[in-house]
Amino acid sequence: MSNSLKGSSTVIATARLIAAKDLRVELRSRVLLNQVLPFALIVMVMFAFALDSDAVLERVAPGLVWLATLFSVLVMVSRSFAVETADGALDQLRSAGVPATGIFIGKMLALMVQLMVLVALLVGAAVVLYRASFSWAGGVLLVTTAIAATCGLAAVGTLYGGLAAGAKGRETLLPLLLLPVVAPVLIGATRATESAFGTNGIAISEGWPWLGLLAVFAVLFSVAGAVAFGPLLDD
Amino acid sequence: MSPIAHEPDTDVVIDLSDAVAVLGSFPALAGVTMVVRRGEIVLLRGPNGAGKTTLLRLCAGLIPLERGQGQVLGIDLKNDRELVRHRVGVIGHNNGLYADLTVTENVRFWGRTVGASAAEVDAALHRMGLDGRLADLPVSRLSAGQKRRTALAGLVARRAELWLLDEPHAGLDASGRDELDQVLKMAAASGATVMVASHELERAGQLATRQVEVVAGQVRELGAP
Repeated sequence: MSNSLKGSSTVIATARLIAAKDLRVELRSRVLLNQVLPFALIVMVMFAFALDSDAVLERVAPGLVWLATLFSVLVMVSRSFAVETADGALDQLRSAGVPATGIFIGKMLALMVQLMVLVALLVGAAVVLYRASFSWAGGVLLVTTAIAATCGLAAVGTLYGGLAAGAKGRETLLPLLLLPVVAPVLIGATRATESAFGTNGIAISEGWPWLGLLAVFAVLFSVAGAVAFGPLLDD
Repeated sequence: MSPIAHEPDTDVVIDLSDAVAVLGSFPALAGVTMVVRRGEIVLLRGPNGAGKTTLLRLCAGLIPLERGQGQVLGIDLKNDRELVRHRVGVIGHNNGLYADLTVTENVRFWGRTVGASAAEVDAALHRMGLDGRLADLPVSRLSAGQKRRTALAGLVARRAELWLLDEPHAGLDASGRDELDQVLKMAAASGATVMVASHELERAGQLATRQVEVVAGQVRELGAP
């Protein structure tokens, strides 16, 4: 096997190992289920209290779903790296020569899986709480949007989570770094979800161009993260 | 991931000659010459800031060798220090464990980073006396000594040939320290090489086969304790 092939298989094996480990940690600790999900639902309910109008809520439901997702990403990324830094596991991984690209991809995949679950539940909550109309015709666009948006959020979250992991005041640093960068995801995912929901009579076909933005964002930050994660950790 | 195969010519595990390592612009190691052989337990002693941790990190391939010559497990530190990391285990003040996972899951995880089989993981657990009632306990419920033992089982599962330990007795009670010493002696008896940086001279002195004093970035052989 050539060195590059061997290197790729090592990265893939590492990514699978890290993703499985992160998901197992989540299954054991149930932080997503017991803390993040209630937090996101409370955010949704608070929006409903603040806006206090069925018509307005129905109109802004897609944006509120993705805002609640963004707030939850902050908690999930913090948790993902707290698990690694609590007893120095991240340092051990690097000192054991475990490829950083594999660590990045593994953590990103685990985060993406958890985000998909969260988004599915938040869309359900929007239908119930905000009476957002959901048509099965928009289902394909909605699922594709969720995949592209969560991929982008997971990539940028893992990259910035790694950057903030060793920093002082990382809990406050992470939102400062992350929120401005994910603005394109918020905009693109909201517009595409509006089309999927048919909010204000927007056609489903109008949502697909926004999916392009989400895909470009996801690819860009996945590649940037895979390349930059190692030097970030070593610094 | 599988470790890179290197056939050592001799029993020499660490071979440093006039090695210089720099932290920023400060020469933390200023011309270190030392040889460590397979199966030895070497105690590094010396005041804070003398360069003990830097020496461990240099041997682990974590910092570059600025000047001089250095080989660890037959691997050149100047050109291939990344390769050293696959065959060396480093444990500092932290254990590198996941609190929510069980002892077995932690050891399996670290073993899998080098492609260790289930049998190798079981053997590592058995060797560290972790295959009984502790095996399925979450790490968060272990004592400090048991956690340290689990971390060392991770090194065994990772097939680490050189163990570099920075203050391994710190935070352990008397029984935890006894437990750790027993494990390290066992590891050395079965072919691992151990280098320990410690301030606990009496405790670590009883454990070591050889002592080296590190002062101002240089080493002085003190011989057997």
